[in-house]
Amino acid sequence: MNKLKDTALSYRTELGFWMYLMTDCILFGCLFATYAVLRGSTAGGPSEAELFDMPMVLAQTLALLTSTLTAGLMLVAMHRKRSVEFKVWLGVTIAFGAAFFAMELNEFALLIAEGQSWQSSAARSGFFALVGTHGLHILVGLLWATVLAVVVHRRGFTQKNIRQAKLFALFWHFLDVIWIFIFTFVYLVGASNGI
Amino acid sequence: MEYKSSAYQIYMKYLVGFTLSVLITFGSYFLVVNKLADGYMLLIMLFILAFSQLFVQLLFFLHLGEEKKPRLRVQAFTFMFIILVIIVGGSIWVMHHLNYNMMNFTSEQKEHYMMTQRDKGF
Amino acid sequence: MFGRLSLDAFPTDIITIGGVASGGAVVLAILAFITYKKKWRYLWNEWFTSLDPKKIGTMYAIVAAIMLLRGVADAVMIRAQQAVLSQTDLNLIDSDMFQQVFSAHGTIMIFFVAMGGMFAFINWIVPLQIGARDVAFPLLNSISFWLFAGGMVLMNLSLALGEFSGAGWLAYPPLSGLEYSPGTGVDYWIWSLQIAGVGSLLSGVNFLTTIFTMRAKGMTLMKMPVFTWSIVTSMLLVAFVFPILTVTLTLLGLDRLIGTHFFTSDLGGNPMMYINLIWAWGHPEVYILVLPAFGIFSELVPVFSRKKLFGYKSMVFALSSIMLLSFMVWLHHFFTMGAGANVNAFFGITTMLIAVPTGVKVFNWIFTMWRGKVKFTSSMIWFMGFAITFTIGGLTGVMLAVPGIDFQVHNSLFLVAHFHNMIIGGVVFGFFAGLTYWWPKFTGWKLHEGLGKIAAWLWIVGFLVAFLPLYALGFMGAVRRLDDYDPSFGWQSLFIVAGIGVMIIGLGVVTQITQIGYSWLKRKQLKVNSDPWDGRTLEWATPTPVPDYSFAKLPIVSDRDAWWEMKHAKTKVPTKYEDIEIPKNTGYGVYIGLLSTIVAFSIIWHIWWLVILSGVALVVVAISSTLREKTERVITAADIIAIEGKRQRSVL
Repeated sequence: MNKLKDTALSYRTELGFWMYLMTDCILFGCLFATYAVLRGSTAGGPSEAELFDMPMVLAQTLALLTSTLTAGLMLVAMHRKRSVEFKVWLGVTIAFGAAFFAMELNEFALLIAEGQSWQSSAARSGFFALVGTHGLHILVGLLWATVLAVVVHRRGFTQKNIRQAKLFALFWHFLDVIWIFIFTFVYLVGASNGI
Repeated sequence: MEYKSSAYQIYMKYLVGFTLSVLITFGSYFLVVNKLADGYMLLIMLFILAFSQLFVQLLFFLHLGEEKKPRLRVQAFTFMFIILVIIVGGSIWVMHHLNYNMMNFTSEQKEHYMMTQRDKGF
Repeated sequence: MFGRLSLDAFPTDIITIGGVASGGAVVLAILAFITYKKKWRYLWNEWFTSLDPKKIGTMYAIVAAIMLLRGVADAVMIRAQQAVLSQTDLNLIDSDMFQQVFSAHGTIMIFFVAMGGMFAFINWIVPLQIGARDVAFPLLNSISFWLFAGGMVLMNLSLALGEFSGAGWLAYPPLSGLEYSPGTGVDYWIWSLQIAGVGSLLSGVNFLTTIFTMRAKGMTLMKMPVFTWSIVTSMLLVAFVFPILTVTLTLLGLDRLIGTHFFTSDLGGNPMMYINLIWAWGHPEVYILVLPAFGIFSELVPVFSRKKLFGYKSMVFALSSIMLLSFMVWLHHFFTMGAGANVNAFFGITTMLIAVPTGVKVFNWIFTMWRGKVKFTSSMIWFMGFAITFTIGGLTGVMLAVPGIDFQVHNSLFLVAHFHNMIIGGVVFGFFAGLTYWWPKFTGWKLHEGLGKIAAWLWIVGFLVAFLPLYALGFMGAVRRLDDYDPSFGWQSLFIVAGIGVMIIGLGVVTQITQIGYSWLKRKQLKVNSDPWDGRTLEWATPTPVPDYSFAKLPIVSDRDAWWEMKHAKTKVPTKYEDIEIPKNTGYGVYIGLLSTIVAFSIIWHIWWLVILSGVALVVVAISSTLREKTERVITAADIIAIEGKRQRSVL
C-alpha cells in the first residue's frame, strides 16, 4: 500500500514539476521576445558584436553542458544506491555550475565597467533581464543542490530525497536547454552583428 | 519517471547526448566566429542547430517520451511549444509591423526604408 | 532607515480618512471580537494552517466577498461623480483621487474578487467532483492562498499608507513610469499583483496536476464533469499566461526601481511592448474567469432541467477551442496602436471566431432546458439573466472585433459597457448561481430562495439600467475614466440613469447580505440533506457538512453523471472503512505569505535592509518547508464510522 502511494506521489510530483518548468519556459519566452524587440535600440551605444567576448561565452556553455552531464551521472549513481559516487557527481555539478555563474558575473562586471549597464539603453536592459534571469535560476539551482547534498548526507536515500534529486536534475537540464537558446540567439546572433 | 532501461543504458544515453550537444555547440560557434555563413543563411542554420540541440537534450537528458501513456509530459510540452510560438512569434510580428508603420527605426532600417520608398518613385 | 516611508505617507483628504477610519474600525472591531472570544487559537489551528482545500476555498470566498464590497463602493463613487458630483459645487472627488478609484475598482474586481471567487469554487468543488480527498500539493495550495491574501492586504494598505496607482487597472507606461508616477501608487499595484499572481500561477499548476493524476477510478477525461473540464481549460490558461504577467510586472518594476529602459520613452525603450505583453496575459485572463462560470452553468442547468447535459462532447470541444483561440486575439485590445491592416485583420478574424464555440455553448444550455422539467430556482434565474446579458455582450464584442468599428469606439464607454456585460453578466452571475447551487454543500443549509430571487432580479435589472446607457454614451463620444465633462454635451441624463442602475445593483448586494444573514438565522428550518437538488455529480455523494477526508471510501465511476448513476443503480453506502491519511496542518503557508508581503512592502517603500532581511528569511523558511518529515495525519476507521454517523446524508 505504502509503496503504491509513493509511486503515485512520485508520478504526481514529477508531473507537477514538469508543468512548472513549462510555465518557466513561457516566462523565458517573454523575456526572449522583449529582448528581440529591443535588441536594436542601443541608443547610440556599441552593438553587441563589439561587446561580447565569444571565447568566454563558449567556455560558459561548455561548463554548463558538463555540469548537466554530471547531474545525469549523479542520477545514475543514485539509482545504483552509490552514496559516495552520488555526492562526488553532485559536487562536480555544483562546481561547474558555480564556475558558469562566476563567469557570468564577470561578464556583467566587465560590461558595467565599459559603461554598458542596464541603464544605458533598452537593448542592454533586455540583455541583462534575459541573461540575468537565467543566472538567477542557476543560483537557485546551486542553492538547491547544496541543500540536497546536506540532506542526502544526513538522511540517506529516502524516497523523498530520491524525488528531490530527480527534480533537481530535471531543473538543471532545463536550464541548459534555456541556455542553448540564449547562447544561439543572444550571443551568436549578436556576435554575427545582429541580422 | 520510471526508467525502462538499465543503468548502463542510461549511462550511455547521457554520454551520447553530451557528445552530440558538444558537437552542435562547436558547430554553431565556429559557424559564427569563423564567418562560414552570413545573412539569412546563417540565421537559418543557427535555428536548425539550436532546435536539433533542443531535441537532443529533450530526448537524452530530459527523457521526454519515456513515460507511460497518456504521456502527459509530451502533451504538456507540445502545448507549451505551440503557445510559445504564438506568444513570442506573435509579439515579434506585431512589434515589427508597429515599428515599421510608426517609423520607429534604427538608422540602418531608416536608410533601407528611404531607399525602398525612393525606388517606388516617392 | 524607513526608505520613502515618512509621516507624509498618511492620508490627508477627507474621503480617504473617512474610508480608512471606517475600514480600520471594522477591522479592529473584528480583531477585538476574536480576541474577546478567545478564538485566535481556533482560527490558527482550524483555518489558517489548514491544508484542507475545502477550508482554503472558504477563506478564498471570504476574501473575495470583502473585496467585492470595496469594489462596489468604488463603483458607486465613480458613477456618483459622473452623474452628479462633477456638475455641482460638491466636487468631493478630485481628478487625482478619481484616477485612484477607477484603478482600484478594476484591479480589485479582476484580481481579488473574480480570481478569489474562482479559486474558492475550484478548491471546494474540483476535488469533490473528481472523487479525490485532496489536491496534488496541499502545502502549495495553502501557500497560494496566503500569497493571494498578502496581495490583498498590500492592496488595501495603500489606502492608509501612501497612495494607490492612478494609471488604470493595467497601468500603461509611460504614465506608470517613474517620470509621470513618481509616488508609491504604481509600486503598490505592481507588487500586490505580483505576489497574488505568483500565487495564482502555483494554483494553476497544482490543480492541473490534481485533475490529471487524482481522478477517481474509472473517470476518464471524457467522463469528467463539465465544471472540472472548464477548470482544466481555465487552469491551462493560468499556467501558461501568468508567467507573462510575472515578467511584465517585473520589467515595469525594474524600470521604476533600478532605472532600466524597457518601457520608458527615452534611450530606446518601447512602451508599446508593455501593452503587447500585458494583453498577451490580459486577454486570456478574462477567459480564465469566464470559463469556470460556463462550467458552473453546465452543472446546474442539467440538474434543474432534470436532463443530461445536451452535447457533452461539443461542450468540451467548445471549452477547448475557446481556450486555444483566446491565446491568439490579444491585439484586439490595441487595434488603434498602429500595427497596420494585416495584423489588425488577423486578430479581428480570430476574435470573431471565438463567438462560434461560445454560441455552441449557449445553444447547448438552451437545448438542455428544452423539454426538461425546468425548476426556476434562483440559480436558474441567474442563468437566464446570464444567457441574455452575456449574449448582448457577445454581440457588442463581435462589433468591437471589427477594427474599423473599434477605431471609432476605442476607449469609449461603449467598450466599458461591453466588458462589464461579459464580466458581470458572465462571471459574476455565474459565481452567484454557483454559490446558491453549492451553498447547501458548503454549509448544510439552503439559502433562502425568495430573497435569492429578489437579489437576482435586482442585479439583472440594475445591470441593464446601469450599462445599456453606457453603450449610447460611447456612441455619443464619452470616453472612459472621465471625472468631469461639459454639461452642454448632454450626457448627464444618461449618466444619471446609469447611476440609478448602480444603486439598483447596490440594493441587490444588500439583499444578498440579508439573504445570507436571514438564512443563517433560519438555518434550522433550511437544513437539508446532502443532496438537496437531486444532483448528478460526485460532490453530492459526500455527506454534509463534508468531513475532512471528503470520501470515506473513494468512489468508482462508470458514467459521466457518476452520482446520478450510483443513485439509480442503488449503490449501497459503504459501512466498512479503512484508515485514511490526510495532510497535517502546517503554518508554512502563512509564514511564506507573510514574508512575501513584507518583502513586497519594503520594496514599495525602498526599505532596502528590510528587503534583504525578509528576503533571506523567506528563502530559509521556503527551504525548511521542504524538509518536513511527517506530513500526514491518520484518521482511524473507528473515527470515520463515528463521523459518518453524525452527518446529514441523502437516502439512497
